[in-house]
Order: sequence, then C-alpha cells, then structure tokens
Amino acid sequence: MFEITLQHYLILSTLLFTIGLIGVMRRKNLLMLFFATEILLNSVNIAFAAISSYYGDLTGQMFAFFVIAIAASEVAVGLGLLVLWYKRTGKIDLDAMTSMRG
Amino acid sequence: MEFYLYTALFAPLVGSLFAALFGMSKKNIIAGIIPTALLFVSFLASLNLLVYILGGGAPIEVELMTWMATGDLYVGYGFVVDQVSVVMMMVVTTVSTVVHIYSIGYMDHDKGFNRFFSYLSAFVFSMMVLVMSDNFLGLFIGWEGVGVCSWLLIGFWYHKESATWAANEAFIMNRIADLAMLIGIFLVYWNTGSVRYEEAFAAMPALDASTLTMMGIFLFIGAMGKSAQFPLHTWLADAMEGPTPVSALIHAATMVTAGVYLVVRANPLYDLIPDVGVFIASLGAFVAMFAATMALVNRDMKRVIAYSTLSQLGYMFVAAGLGAYWVALFHLMAHAFFKALLFLGAGNVMHAMHDELDPFKMGDLKTSMKWTWILMTLASVALAGIYPLAGFFSKDLILEVAFVEHHYILYTVLLLTAGLTAFYSFRLVALIFHGDDRHTENGVHPHEAYNFMLWGMLPLAILAVVAGMIFKTPYYEMVTQVLPAIEYHIHNHTVFWIMTIGTQLFVIAAIVYAYKKYAKAVKVDKKVESGVIYQLLFNQYYIPKFYDEYFSKMYQQLSEMMWKLDQKVVDASVDGVANIFYSTGEKTHTMQNGNLSTMLRWMVAGTVILLVLALAFTVGQSEATVELLRSLGVI
Amino acid sequence: MEAIAFYTFAILTTVMFLITVMTSHALYALSALAAGMIFISAFFFLLGADFLGAIQIIVYTGAVMALYAFGMMFFDTTRDVVEKRTSPYIIFGLSGVAALTVVAMFTAPIISDNITALYPAMEGVGNSQMVGMVLFTKYLIPFELAAIMLLVAMVAGIVLAGKKMDVSLTTMSDEEIEREAKQGVLDV
Repeated sequence: MFEITLQHYLILSTLLFTIGLIGVMRRKNLLMLFFATEILLNSVNIAFAAISSYYGDLTGQMFAFFVIAIAASEVAVGLGLLVLWYKRTGKIDLDAMTSMRG
Repeated sequence: MEFYLYTALFAPLVGSLFAALFGMSKKNIIAGIIPTALLFVSFLASLNLLVYILGGGAPIEVELMTWMATGDLYVGYGFVVDQVSVVMMMVVTTVSTVVHIYSIGYMDHDKGFNRFFSYLSAFVFSMMVLVMSDNFLGLFIGWEGVGVCSWLLIGFWYHKESATWAANEAFIMNRIADLAMLIGIFLVYWNTGSVRYEEAFAAMPALDASTLTMMGIFLFIGAMGKSAQFPLHTWLADAMEGPTPVSALIHAATMVTAGVYLVVRANPLYDLIPDVGVFIASLGAFVAMFAATMALVNRDMKRVIAYSTLSQLGYMFVAAGLGAYWVALFHLMAHAFFKALLFLGAGNVMHAMHDELDPFKMGDLKTSMKWTWILMTLASVALAGIYPLAGFFSKDLILEVAFVEHHYILYTVLLLTAGLTAFYSFRLVALIFHGDDRHTENGVHPHEAYNFMLWGMLPLAILAVVAGMIFKTPYYEMVTQVLPAIEYHIHNHTVFWIMTIGTQLFVIAAIVYAYKKYAKAVKVDKKVESGVIYQLLFNQYYIPKFYDEYFSKMYQQLSEMMWKLDQKVVDASVDGVANIFYSTGEKTHTMQNGNLSTMLRWMVAGTVILLVLALAFTVGQSEATVELLRSLGVI
Repeated sequence: MEAIAFYTFAILTTVMFLITVMTSHALYALSALAAGMIFISAFFFLLGADFLGAIQIIVYTGAVMALYAFGMMFFDTTRDVVEKRTSPYIIFGLSGVAALTVVAMFTAPIISDNITALYPAMEGVGNSQMVGMVLFTKYLIPFELAAIMLLVAMVAGIVLAGKKMDVSLTTMSDEEIEREAKQGVLDV
C-alpha cells in the first residue's frame, strides 16, 4: 500500500482516463468536449512516464513529449475552427450540429 | 390399319383446333362444317375398323410414345382397337357426327357458334382417347378430358349463373368420384405391377379376394361419378342447362356411358369378385327405379329425358353387375341411338317453343312439327322396348338376365321400372304433341326445324329401329371373343313366352294409360300437386337440398375458416418476417443521426466491448485458467 | 514520503478533473483543468522525469490553457452551459466497465510480466541530458516531423482566425492608413 509500484500509477492513469471518457460522453458543449479530450491525453501521459520510469527506459518519456506537442497543435487548430463555427452559427451546441446525419 | 386408328383418334382433335382458331370471331359457318366433316372422316375410319374386326381381324395395338418410364413403372400412350373398343368407337362417332350436323342448325343464331364446335370436337377426341386407350392411365386422361369438356359445354352460356353452377356441380361431383378412381388405379398398379389392361388382368387371379374387392369398389365409385349413380346423380339433371346437342351427345350417348365402359372393360376383375357385382347390380336397379319415379311428375322436358337416361344407365349396370357384360354393352349401344334421337327432337321442340321447357305449356304440336313428332314417337317406342325396335332386344334381354341369374327382386324392380319408363315417355310425347293447343295463347308460333337437321336425325332413327334386329347376332359373335360368352336362355319355354308377352302387354298398357290421361285437354291439377308423394318426387326426394344444406354449406364454412387462418397465420408470419427487417432498420437508423455526442458514446461502447473480449480471451487462454478448469473437472 | 505525495496529488488531480467534467460553469471547468495539469506535472517530477514535468507546465498549463482562456473570451461565459440530459446510467456504466477491464488488464500478471526494456537508460547522467541524447539520436525524425506539424498548426491557426489580408499595412504610409480609416474603406 505504501510502496508505490507501477500498478498504482497505472490504476491512476486508468481512473483519469475514465473520467475523461465520462466527460467526452457527457458534454454537449464543444469547448467542454475539448477539455475532456485534454484530460484523456494527460492521463495517457502519466501512464507512459510511469512505465518508462519503472522499467528504466526513456521511450515512454519520448512518447509523452510527442503527445504534448500534438496536443498543443490540436488545440490551436481546434480552437480556430471552433471560433469560426461560432461566428457562423452563433452557438457551439453539439446537438445542433447534425448536418452529417446518415 | 394403324392409319385408320390414328385417323379415327385424331381427326376430331384437328377439327377442334381448327374451330378454336375462330374462337373469338363472329359466327363463321366454316367453323362448323370442317369439324363436322372431320368427324365424318373419323366415323368412316371407325367403320373401316369395324368391318376389319368383324371380318376376323386381330385387335390392333399401337404405342404412340412413352409417357413415364421411371423405376418399375412403365406407362405409354398406347391404343388398342379390339372388339369392345370398336363398338364404343362406332357409337361415339355415329352419334357425334349426327349431333355436329344438328348443331350447325341448332346453334345458328348463337354468338358462340365457333367456340361450341371447338368444345364439341374436343369432347369427342377425349372420348375416343378414353375408349381406345389400352391402359388405365390413358383411360383416366380421357376420363378427365371428357369431364373438362363437359364442364365447358354445360356452362357454355357462361353468363347464366344457373349454367355455371350446374357446370361446377358436374365437374366437382366427377372430381370426387375421380379420387376414388385414382385410388383404384393405384391399387391396380401396386398389386399387379402394371397399368396396362392385358398385364394387369393377367396378374389379377393371383391376388387375394380382399385386395380385388377394394380395387373393384374404388374403380366402381369412379364409374358412379361419371355415370351418375346414386348418390352422385344430382349433376345429370342440372346438366340440362347446356345446349340440347350437348345433352344429346354427352348425357345420352357418350360421357355417362364411360362408367359402364369401365366396368365392361374391367370384366376380368369383376368376374373374380361376384359380390361386388351383385352390389353394382342392386345399386343399378335402385337407380333405375329411383330415376323413373322422379321422371313421372317432372315438368321440365329435358329433365324427364335426363332422368330417363339415368334410369337406363341403371339397367346397364344391372347387366354389368350380373356378369352379362355383352348385354350391358349392347344396351349401351342401342340406348345411345334412341336417347340421342329423343334429345335432338326435344331440341327441335325447344327451338320452336322459344326455349320453353314445360310440356304443360305446349300441346298439339303434331300439326306444326310433323317430322319431329314422328321421330320422337319412334324413339320413345324404342325406349319402351316394344318389339321389334332396338329397345326390346336390349332391355328385355336385361330382364331375362336378371331372371335367369335368379335375382328375382331385381327382376321385379326392373319390370316395374319398364312400365314406369313407358308411362313417362309417352306422357311427355302426349303432352307435347297431342291434346289441346296450349301454346298459341302464349304467343308462340312453332315451326319445324331446318331440313338438314331432320335429315341428320334420320340415321339415328333408322338405327333405333333396326339395331336390335339386325345387329344383335353379328355383335354377339364379335364381342364374345373378348367378353364372357354367356347365352341367357330360360329353359322353360312357357315361362319365357309368358315373360316376354307379359312384359310387352304391361308396357303397352302403360302407354295407353299415358295417352288416355294426357292426350287431351289437360290442366294442372292443384290437388294432386300438393300431395306429399308428388312433392317428394317433384323435388327429387329433396336430395339436392340435402346436399346443399349439409355438404356445400359446411364446406363453405370450412373454407372461410381456412381463409381466415391463411390470412392471420400465413400472411401474418410472412409479413412479420418482412417487418422484422423494417423495424430493425427503423430502430437502428438513429445511430447515424449526425450528433457527435452519440457517435462518441458508440465509440466508447465499442471500445469497451473490445476490451472485455480481449480480456476474456487472454484470461481464458492462459494456463492458469486451463488448470483451474481442469481441477474443477469441466474440461 | 513518496507514498504521501503520490496519494495527495492523486486525489487532487482526480477531484480537479471531476470538476472539469461535471460542472456546468465553463469558467470553473477551465480553472479546474489548469489546476489538474499542474498536479500532473507533479507526478512527472515524482517519477524523475524532470524535463517532462517542466515541459508539461510550460506547454500545457501555460500555452494550451492560455489558448483556451483566449478562446473562452469569444463565448458568453456568464450563461450556464445548458446540456440536454440523456441517461447518465449509460455513461457511467460504460465508463465503469471500461475502467474495470483496463485495470484488470494492467494488473494481470500475464501482461505485466512480459514487458522488457528496449532502450535502457544510462546511469550517472541527469534526466535532461538523457532526454537530449535520446531525442536527438534515436528520435530525430519524429522530432523534425513534430516541428513541421507545429508550423502547420501555427499557419492554420492564423488563417482560420485571421481577417482578410488583401491590404498590407506595412507597405502603406501613415497618411494613407489614416485617410482610409476615416473613410471607412480600410479593412482592418
């Protein structure tokens, strides 16, 4: 219990990932959805770093770097699109964006 | 010789097809003349074959082609012309030719003139197939063929509902009997290994009595339908809805005699089961009496003649049942001639009376229709069995057969029926041709039929007169080569003369009584008409009502129930299967509503399922699990 | 010591992120997310990934959250976010099952026993140096590609959010700019 092993970190990561999933499924506001996505990415980062640290391998940390970089660029582009959509339609509610219904 | 066989067989078919070409066109006289001519050709071919057989020729057997050759069953389209079939062929072609000639005049003003000849010739073709076939299945084809053609012809005036109803009644009753006949044929094949007459009859003596009895009974039930024996008799009277030539051909001479032909043809079988023969004879006698009583009071001219046919068919079955097959066939032949003549004469009267059928509305037609009067009287005399016309030789012979075979009850019944026959025949003649004129007040001015129609009827009249005297001996010589040759002699000469003279006197007395009662001013007697016996006879013993009430209505209710079942169960399940697809589609198409949130949810759900599966597989395959399960004893 | 830190930060992070997904105020969600990011960097430091932790604070908490904060300015944040409530059971159920499954996977001995190290770390050098060594030798290509991707993202961001750029203000003189602004012709 007091000895922090890899399992602890992995369980934590899973927990945070689940929270992120809840957010993704629950949120109807697009901006909130982006927040939940950030949570997902961060939880995965923890897992990578933990595994890398416990196995003495730097691959995990490298992965975490690239995830951060990608997340940053994703936010930039995503927010840009979001702003455009808001300017065009005046709201960012997911339920209103159904032009791709099948 | 085979050429004549094929000609006799197929000429009517060619005529029928030719007339069918004109089916939908206006009346074209050529559509009547060509089938008649072809039928005359068939008649000549049959005559040629008759001469050949009479001269001692061997029966001609041909096989056109194979029909079924599967496993142990071999059935071919085979035809045979032997003594029995040549007699039938002569009867059929003679009467058919006369009826065709008559129809050209009778159907003169009818719109369906061309169609009529097509049907009529098709009927003759089917009948020829029936009598010329050499196996039971070929017989059955002809059997069904005449059934269909009779349906077409009875319901010829199809816009009349009574006609279509009568046609359906005839066909359905025949169908019921055909079921039994098919069972009989199956039994024959099953027990003897073949459906050809020769081979089947050769194998029959080896079979046990119960099988043979079954066979005989079932085949006879089929004959009952075709020959309208009780209880399948109601269709014959109703079949008078068809045109009169149809009645003359089908319901006097040919189709209804098919049943008798079957029994005669199957004589080796019926010789082995004499008990069934006695039953057939008893039923025949019953029908003879039964029909004669119904004819006594009827007010429909054609119906009286129809009941007369029914009665005479009963006579034929008595003869056949008692083993006197050649007598039955002889009566068949003689009866065909004078009964057809009667019907054709009735047709003349009908035309002259503008389709009036009630003899009480006619009367004193002998002045305006002299020739028809003579012909019909001649036919009635033949029917009554007065020496030396044909009826005497055939009908009285049947009486002798019954007497000689010691079936005295049958003899008495047949004797009484002979008296009744004479009575109602001459009642009809007297009402129509003698007495007072009851028709002019209805505005009907009768005239005689066309000349060529009368000339056409003449051969029948001649045959009705001479067939007995002239034909009997050569017929006997010829036919007994295939049929059992039993001479029926009453050994005691006194008894014989008493019988013969007595019968003649009885019959003449009945004729005189009929003339006395009806050949004068008659009016309908209300008191007699309301009597119980009269009502019973007039309504045909209420049998048609009984059938309608208990069979037709119940069957209709059953059909309606089945229809509902079909709708609710079968249709519902088929629709249900289709609906499943429909509703599944409707319910799941919300998956694709374009909403990102929903899609994300489905994504997560899919991921979860995959995760669970992966976990399950990994855990399930691992050694630990295998050991666990093995220790538990499951694997 | 480590355990205390771990549990503290774990609880804090979980609570923060729960606030992020559950609250109806957009501003609260943003703040909670930023706080959560900081706490995650604490984890990195705990794990000895100093470089990563620093990067997490600078890039994530600094740049990304700043971006979000600027983005929030566009939207009306005084109103509560109204969301249509669909069945919460589906969501929590699915998530619960997912969590359980993954945890089971991670803790199953069969998996955790089979991991081997591919690029073993060296001893004696600090984390940043090690990262540098690995990043510029073995992960050089992904590094360069990431750089290009960031460039693309930058350009995209500008294009998406920017205005029409027919007129270049740097080549026009001051008088021209003033004149056209007064006339209302200038598109700025």
